[in-house]
Amino acid sequence: MRQTMSPELRRRETISGYLFLLPSLVFFLGFVVIPMVMCIITSFTDATMNSNQPDVFIGLANYKELWQDPIFLKALRNTIVIVVVSVPVVCIFSLWVASAIFNMSEGPLSFFRVVFYLPVVTGSVAVTVVWKWMYSNYTGIINYVLKNGGIIDKNINWLGDPKYALACIIIILLTTSVGQPIVLYVSALGNVDHSLVEAAEVDGANNTQVFWKIKWAQIMPTTLYILVITTINSFQCFALIQLLTSGGPNHATDTIMYYIYYTAFTRFRFGYGNAMGVVLAIFIAILSAVQFRLAKEK
Amino acid sequence: MSKKNGASTSYKVFSWVILILLALFFLFPLYWIITGALKTPAAINAAKPQWWPSEFTLRNFQVLFSKRSAPLFQFGSVVGPTVPGAIRWLLNTVFMAVMAMILTCITAAMAGYALAKKRFIGRAFLFSLIVAAMALPKQVILIPLIREMSKLHLYDTIWSVIFPTVGWPFGVFLMKQFSEGIPGEMLEAARIDGASEWKTFTTIVYPMVKPGIGALAIFTFINSWNDYFLQLIMLASNVNYTISLGIATMQAENSTDYGLIMAGATLAAIPIIIVFVIFQKYFTKGITMGAVKG
Repeated sequence: MRQTMSPELRRRETISGYLFLLPSLVFFLGFVVIPMVMCIITSFTDATMNSNQPDVFIGLANYKELWQDPIFLKALRNTIVIVVVSVPVVCIFSLWVASAIFNMSEGPLSFFRVVFYLPVVTGSVAVTVVWKWMYSNYTGIINYVLKNGGIIDKNINWLGDPKYALACIIIILLTTSVGQPIVLYVSALGNVDHSLVEAAEVDGANNTQVFWKIKWAQIMPTTLYILVITTINSFQCFALIQLLTSGGPNHATDTIMYYIYYTAFTRFRFGYGNAMGVVLAIFIAILSAVQFRLAKEK
Repeated sequence: MSKKNGASTSYKVFSWVILILLALFFLFPLYWIITGALKTPAAINAAKPQWWPSEFTLRNFQVLFSKRSAPLFQFGSVVGPTVPGAIRWLLNTVFMAVMAMILTCITAAMAGYALAKKRFIGRAFLFSLIVAAMALPKQVILIPLIREMSKLHLYDTIWSVIFPTVGWPFGVFLMKQFSEGIPGEMLEAARIDGASEWKTFTTIVYPMVKPGIGALAIFTFINSWNDYFLQLIMLASNVNYTISLGIATMQAENSTDYGLIMAGATLAAIPIIIVFVIFQKYFTKGITMGAVKG
């Protein structure tokens, strides 16, 4: 309908459009796009943290080194474990909670929504320090409860033992990841077309059938969005690692994001860290694309 | 409906029980932070934890407030009165979150309107760039940002943790979603009446996207308050710390004084939780609107 815009009007729209965009573009280009480009460029150099020292172009050397760096490979493995465990658990858990609460009255619904969102709002630092205390070897409540319940016979150093450390971190990550998916699913389930549900019930479909045959298809876009954001968030798991274990014991809990930070700030290898950043971004991009493709086929 | 009542009632009871247990599990860390902050060192270090503090103390907060001191604020040569470091951290955090919120809301409301309602060359390209950027790992960009910030002489200032938050395109995306609902005829009518572009924006667009701005405001405030990674890499000196960063540093220095650390965690978490509970409705709206067609 707007194809018939006069050239005069089109010019005016373009100028005013860009003027309205300008303040936002300054921040977006300056603090998102430029660093993105810088990240890619410096990943081909031996850049250090010192910006006065000229960066020397070294081609693909950083990328080649990555695949021979045992710590990077371990961090990659850990990150993949975190993603593979947490993404499905978050999706299933939040879908269950959402379907249990979405048709409650406003009071209990708000209560549960707030409660499950609380760990996100509390902030990663506050959440992590309290879990660190709860996991602690001598004064932690988890050891106390498990010992009194007869589940373990002596205290376990949860975060200091490579066998348990990563699992402990994943548990905290899960509690801080389900808030947003629950809110999204509650709203999606509330928007499911009622006439379809009623028609199916008239035809004698039971609750399970109604859910899988009708609701599941209608909340698919939400599921897809949740898959993507949970994957991105799990890939970026950082604060938990830095505050709980600093990647220890013996790099057992390093994630890519933590190793990028470590490389840039402890070893001052800025270019190498950025090469890892690029690899991480490519991983996420591929996974998001695959998830989109899979969801579209269904 | 009545024929399947038996099965669905027992399932309902079952799901209520599970939900309540889960709610307790999710509430427990917060409960443990607050009660821990009020426990004596003896109670904290006992092998047998106290579910409810047998004796309440303000000792942990006293230690927290005696830790360091800093001027309350500093603008050029104007220096405020000396206060405990934690108070300065809290003030820094509030300033950061409020500024990030205001700047994001203004820039995103304007840009979202332009992207939704203006037909200009390059619009489709810009919008794809914004969507693509949102799918990127945000933290990866922040490492290269450090050198840029030091070139701009913004490193280790409060602005270095404000500007990247404002630049993140989620707000623009959200406001575009809200602006789609503005009827084109109203804008047309304003143009025919000879209203300037800015006047159209303030008198027609702004009132219509107000709920969106409310959602974005609370969303940005909470995210900025809790963006620990950004704060960690950008802020270096103690007086510039945010409360999260201050508590994290304190934790590294006094790793076994859990009472003190819980007092710090209480100070960091309680203000933001209160804000969240008050504005919960807007927040929920922001999350859901940002996901539509996402």
